[in-house]
Amino acid sequence: MSIALAIETLEKTFGAYPALRGVSLDVAPGELVALLGPSGSGKTTLLRAIAGLEQAEGGRVLFNGIDTRRLTLRERRIGFVFQSYALFRHLDVFENVAFGLRARPRGERPREAQIRTRVAALLELVQLGGLEKRFPSQLSGGQRQRVALARALAIEPQVLLLDEPFGALDAKVRKDLRRWLRELHARTGHTTLFVTHDQEEALELSDRVAILNQGRIEQVGTPDDVYDRPASGFVCEFLGEANRLPVEIVNGEAMFAQRALLGGFGPRPGGPAFLYVRPQHVALTDSDRDGLPGAIVAVRRHGAFKRVEVALEGLSRRLEFDLDAGAAPSLGATVCVRFTQGHVFPAQEGAG
Amino acid sequence: MTTAASVGRKRTWREPSILPGFGLSMGVLLAALALIVLAPLAALVLKAGGAGPAEILAIASSPRTLAALRLSFGAALAAALVNAVFGLLIAWVLVRYSFPGRRLVDAAVDLPFALPTAVAGIALTAVWAPNGALGALAASLGWKVAYTPLGVMIALVFVSLPFVVRSVQPVLQDAGADVEEAAALLGASRLRTVFGVVLPGVAPALLTGATLAFARAVGEYGSVIFIAGNVPMVSEIAPLLIVIKLEQFDYAGAAVVGMLMLLISLALLLAVNALQAWSRRRLGNV
Repeated sequence: MSIALAIETLEKTFGAYPALRGVSLDVAPGELVALLGPSGSGKTTLLRAIAGLEQAEGGRVLFNGIDTRRLTLRERRIGFVFQSYALFRHLDVFENVAFGLRARPRGERPREAQIRTRVAALLELVQLGGLEKRFPSQLSGGQRQRVALARALAIEPQVLLLDEPFGALDAKVRKDLRRWLRELHARTGHTTLFVTHDQEEALELSDRVAILNQGRIEQVGTPDDVYDRPASGFVCEFLGEANRLPVEIVNGEAMFAQRALLGGFGPRPGGPAFLYVRPQHVALTDSDRDGLPGAIVAVRRHGAFKRVEVALEGLSRRLEFDLDAGAAPSLGATVCVRFTQGHVFPAQEGAG
Repeated sequence: MTTAASVGRKRTWREPSILPGFGLSMGVLLAALALIVLAPLAALVLKAGGAGPAEILAIASSPRTLAALRLSFGAALAAALVNAVFGLLIAWVLVRYSFPGRRLVDAAVDLPFALPTAVAGIALTAVWAPNGALGALAASLGWKVAYTPLGVMIALVFVSLPFVVRSVQPVLQDAGADVEEAAALLGASRLRTVFGVVLPGVAPALLTGATLAFARAVGEYGSVIFIAGNVPMVSEIAPLLIVIKLEQFDYAGAAVVGMLMLLISLALLLAVNALQAWSRRRLGNV
């Protein structure tokens, strides 16, 4: 795999607060990578450090093998879309997009006619043809976002960095733009990193997801990898939903209240651990000698599913499961819970 | 039924609002405006009108009146421009950099507001008089500050400084660094970022601040009369001319000069407002 962007052990602290603690990541040319994490996990700091807006205290960033510490901001050629869009509000849409072209040193600056053609093509690409003369204050949020993207693409960036690109938009517009951005990326093929705290967005949009937590990358992988094979309890809980049960690993089996819940954790050392089970990985039956006895305490509609809350004996936290919409669980009924899949991580790690 | 019918019938010229008391508060507002602002102005116009057209023209076109008006508006304009530059600089430094004593400097900006203008006038005269510290220095360079139009301008710069700083400061704070970062990442040089991005962004606030500074400077009296020396035709400002005319019991003459100042100020304010409305249409709510 050739590498367009290499991040090597980046370190950054704000005062006494470590924002990045040895972050490394390689990105292939044309890849679309999501930086996913809760607020304060360092994902925006990482993006800004790649762009050169923050000085990292340790480590380095390479673009196609060139150490960026030797490059000026202009030489880095980074397309950056700010969460606030940071449009120039005294310039119209056309001049906003043309800004990067006009800002080039005299020798490299395209002719006026070339600028016009290029900006027109970009506005067509982001579906804003005809709005050249509007000012940012006269545009909707989604339109501003696309102006910001066109402006970033105008300088033919080596890397495209998007900070919470859909953060300020409402749910419907987000969904539309998400699909649109995926198509745009397929057409233009820019190496792209985007920051998000929305796991659905990260899974749907990206080729690979990097999950950050407290300044470290917990796991990098394809959406399937990180969702189906989480590397830590944090990843498991942050990506999608998961129920957490304190268990004891004995001979590769997860034990809860002297019952074996799930097997197949063979090579793992015994001892206390946490078992993470996704809401859909469950079978509820009326009677099952192997299952855990519990009581249904709440039933809610949850999109395409019915979500039931089950109280288990000996566990204060209620478990949440998804059943088919056709199921008719009755409140208060006693059920037997059996897990079909789960992940086990050592106890001290997921204890947070 | 009756309420529904009456609601349907009742058509008013104002937007319906759930806030009560529109009639009362509007009445108080109009009464206060009329009493405090409009009545004195009307009296001024009436008084001036009592002089008769020929006399008005004579007073308005007398060299002494024209010189005083030219000095007042010219020096105020110069002071506003000087403050536009330095006020912007001060606001920039206060917002963008952090240095020891920043809060102290920030507080010092308000001093011209807090000082009684007569105190400011005495202080300025003490410093700029030929035997004052700065006045002596200027004299050694061949400049005379006190008792000249330059002195008038310096006094006006002093009293109107806070307006620009305080108008621009919140806008600069608000604009944040991301627009500047965006410009830098797009390859803009520092100069281009400052003149192509930052300054146009604060231009409306700068205009507002400079207008306020100008308005304050035009009307300034207390701080100017000490340093100006009040030589007729040279360093005599229009407000002082009014006072002089009043002391000579020339009420009509004073009112005519006052009305001229009022008309010029109104015309200038109107022009500035038109400019602001135009920029607001382009930039949105600034």
